[in-house]
Amino acid sequence: MTENAPCLGEDRIGYLEGLVNQARAAAAVFTQYTQEDVDRIVKPMVTAGMEQAQHLARLAIEETRLGVMEDKAIKNMVATEFVYHYVKDKRTVGQIREFPDRNLVEVAEPIGVLFSLTPITNPTATVLFKCIMAIKTRNAVIFSPHPKAWRCCSEAVRIMYEAAVKHGAPEGVFTCLESPTLPDNAYLMHHKYVGLIDATGGPGVVKAAYSSGKPALGVGAGNTPVYLEKTADLDMAVVDILTSKTFDNGTICASEQTVVIDDEIYDAVLKKFADLDAHICDAQEAELLGRAVIDPETGFARPMAIGQKATTIAGAIGLSVKPNTRLLIAPIQGVGREHPLSVEKLFPLLAVYRARSVDEALKVCVDVNHAGGIGHTAVVFSRNDEVIRKFAEAINAGRIIVNSPGSVGAMGGVYNDMVPTFSFGCGTGGGNSTTDNVNVYHYLNIKRVARRTQAHMWFRIPNQIYFNRNAVENIARFPSRSTIVVTSPVLEQIGHVDIVRRHIPPQTHVHVLVIPDAEPEVRVVMQGLEDLRFYKVDQIIALGGGSVIDAAKIMRLKYECPEADLEELGAPFLDIRKRVAEYPTEKTSQARLIAVSTTSGTGSEVTPIAVLMDKERGRKVTLADYSLSPDVAIVDPQFVMSMPKGLTADTGIDCLTHALEAGVSVYASPYTDSHAMQAIRMVFKYLPIAYEHPGDEEARSMMHNAACIAALAFSNASVGVNHALAHAFGARFGVAHGRANALMLPHVIAYNASVPTKFMPSPHQRAYVAHKKYAMVADLLGLGGNTIAEKVDRLVAATEQLLDRLAIPRSIAELGIPQEEFARAVPELAGIAFDDPSWRPTNPRMPLVSELADLLWAAYRGRRQANPDAPSQPPTAKDGLAYADEYSLARK
Amino acid sequence: MPMNTVWLESDGTGAVPALREAIGRLDGAEGEVVLDFSAVQRIDSRALEAIGTLAASAEGKGVQVVLRGVNVAVYKVLKLMRLEPRFSFRT
Repeated sequence: MTENAPCLGEDRIGYLEGLVNQARAAAAVFTQYTQEDVDRIVKPMVTAGMEQAQHLARLAIEETRLGVMEDKAIKNMVATEFVYHYVKDKRTVGQIREFPDRNLVEVAEPIGVLFSLTPITNPTATVLFKCIMAIKTRNAVIFSPHPKAWRCCSEAVRIMYEAAVKHGAPEGVFTCLESPTLPDNAYLMHHKYVGLIDATGGPGVVKAAYSSGKPALGVGAGNTPVYLEKTADLDMAVVDILTSKTFDNGTICASEQTVVIDDEIYDAVLKKFADLDAHICDAQEAELLGRAVIDPETGFARPMAIGQKATTIAGAIGLSVKPNTRLLIAPIQGVGREHPLSVEKLFPLLAVYRARSVDEALKVCVDVNHAGGIGHTAVVFSRNDEVIRKFAEAINAGRIIVNSPGSVGAMGGVYNDMVPTFSFGCGTGGGNSTTDNVNVYHYLNIKRVARRTQAHMWFRIPNQIYFNRNAVENIARFPSRSTIVVTSPVLEQIGHVDIVRRHIPPQTHVHVLVIPDAEPEVRVVMQGLEDLRFYKVDQIIALGGGSVIDAAKIMRLKYECPEADLEELGAPFLDIRKRVAEYPTEKTSQARLIAVSTTSGTGSEVTPIAVLMDKERGRKVTLADYSLSPDVAIVDPQFVMSMPKGLTADTGIDCLTHALEAGVSVYASPYTDSHAMQAIRMVFKYLPIAYEHPGDEEARSMMHNAACIAALAFSNASVGVNHALAHAFGARFGVAHGRANALMLPHVIAYNASVPTKFMPSPHQRAYVAHKKYAMVADLLGLGGNTIAEKVDRLVAATEQLLDRLAIPRSIAELGIPQEEFARAVPELAGIAFDDPSWRPTNPRMPLVSELADLLWAAYRGRRQANPDAPSQPPTAKDGLAYADEYSLARK
Repeated sequence: MPMNTVWLESDGTGAVPALREAIGRLDGAEGEVVLDFSAVQRIDSRALEAIGTLAASAEGKGVQVVLRGVNVAVYKVLKLMRLEPRFSFRT
């Protein structure tokens, strides 16, 4: 069963195998027990342990000759009663904890067979504690007590076992090795059916446990430093230290070892100790003690002193003390091998050190901590919170006990609310995997049942949207002391600025800032910002297309939050709610942003997005945050009546792209779908009319509204791969955004409608439905087709037909970009598009970089193969009610 | 009901007599013996031991033992003891 079986005969191996099989069967049977079954067993075990506390303490004293009977009895009671108090209401079977807000529950799985080594210093209490923990967690235990504490431990195991089995525990749940030896321990530590080693004892035992390669809880030696600071309650501190250090003759590894005392109180503290029957050693006595109780070879305490009374130790080395002496106190001048008493002393001998400052005191405590006590326990007595904080930061200890005794304090449940234990995790400093007080949760495999997160969805839009002719008059509703109108040169020339100015309340100071009509550069934004600050504006009216409105959004962001770092805010992200960049929330000034759109495409008047041109890097930076959204949107068709045909076409297709991408977005919802589908219907119906008959006010008005409606959809569902590619390609070759979108659009529809190479990993994606959504659009447009594939083909064809009708170039090649130049650019463009936040995590397909490159090439070559079944006439919209039914069908 | 079907009608140690009965039937069995666990919610250490004995005995006599209607909790016990490859399972 194990490869590591040194010095063991066949009979012994057979015996050990028998123990393991018995424990294994018990553990297997135990898996069927319920929480109620387990709790019915634990309580009588606790009662049995309490009843036998003194009996076991006497046995331990008789056998080990260490410690104090009364204290061991108390420890047995703590190990049963206090531990029971902690575990009685804990769930340790089945579902043990629930985190409803995280959609997470934890389910317990027993470990199976535990191999537990118990120490000589705390023999029976440790057994009682571990038995209760094991039953509570449905595990079986094979005990290997310290050979010099075997009789008392095996009696403790017997008492626990009989109580447990009597009340229903599986037979064989506890066993105790007869005459345990190191080879026995080694064999069991390596046994394949032992699930966990729980080793409490000396450094050798702990090291062996951790070296076995098995999961192990190894808890060993400490060296507890104590800082007795001048603000402390000295009487309480002295009594606490005496209580702790003399408890069971100092055998608890968390007990105080060296007390570092502030100079100002040093003498007073020693006098208080002396008044309570401590013997204060002079220098000669301290040296004598150091030689006598510490082995100079190993640097560790000699076994003869461990767990003995102060008077016994003094007598053994010829030190003259009063008969009632309970503690020996030896001043030391430093820490380390040349100061032998600075190590762990599991007997009533305390080293003391006089410190001239807090700094010196903390350093000496760190030295003690690092002289064999890393990760274990430390104690501070102080009423100064700052001192306590510094101590806690300086000392590496799993338990930092404040104004209480170290030993009983570290055990938990008596002086504080720590978990009661007889096993102290010492963290990595002590070679342990935990700093916890070992408890039931360390005896369990805890399974996390993680239910799918149903992230909150949203539909956020600006406070007010005014639309239809003369909507601009509503500007008069907004009082302002100082307003800046951000606009473009053309709009100023054709009188649009004057129209707006007429409606600004008369008492308002108005300044007009004219910026280039191109995607805003940082330089332009910063110049505008100076104007905003100079005029101390409280209102910004952005009059223009997407570029002007985007510039105004960024100007306002910098005006209100000067610390905003545009480069950082434009950093890529996967999930907008978890992104690294934090948009500022504290504002140094405030300005209302009114967006008056003069093109029918971007919908920037309602979106939380602004695109900034990074000329140096030849790319666009997308800023996205709802704090960028304008406060008021004005969608007045009078401002688009004079849009040139080309701009009408490009911006109209931008609007269509927004709606189509939002429609198939992973973040699409019934709220966004209703807007997206309506916008698509309006574009197919009114864009050709607006293009061919620019004076048709109804078509212009409907397209203006369609752009805004599509923007409401994509503001909440986002866009996708089409935009990512258009951003990359458009920035590189100076192609207007709408036109770049148009060149990609038919190819991206076909791409998204194909079964993904990689699905988008998003909890919002409950099913892959993009192809069905496109088919639904085709139905909405009355394009015909019998299958989903046919409908998608018809939608692509209809889109191609629309682009033809708008005289939009049908390939990148038609733009005059040489193939060689394009070929050189494609790898980088595909990479830039992959980094673009537009598609993450909303596109229905997670694009591969190679797929993005393929799409760029498809757009370069142009027109997809014509579908002979495509309708020859522009489609017409169906009744919107039909859509609702089809939507629910598509989701199925 | 085939003659070589043994019904285990109670939990824990109560299943042991039926398991012993099954062991007794192995001698006369042709092909297989079916143990019906449908009424068994859990097994105890003694029943587990008896199942192990049954498996060993059946293997020695070339008889296939079929466990019918074993619930997940009992199946997991057999799995932990690595006994499950020694039986056939039917629902």
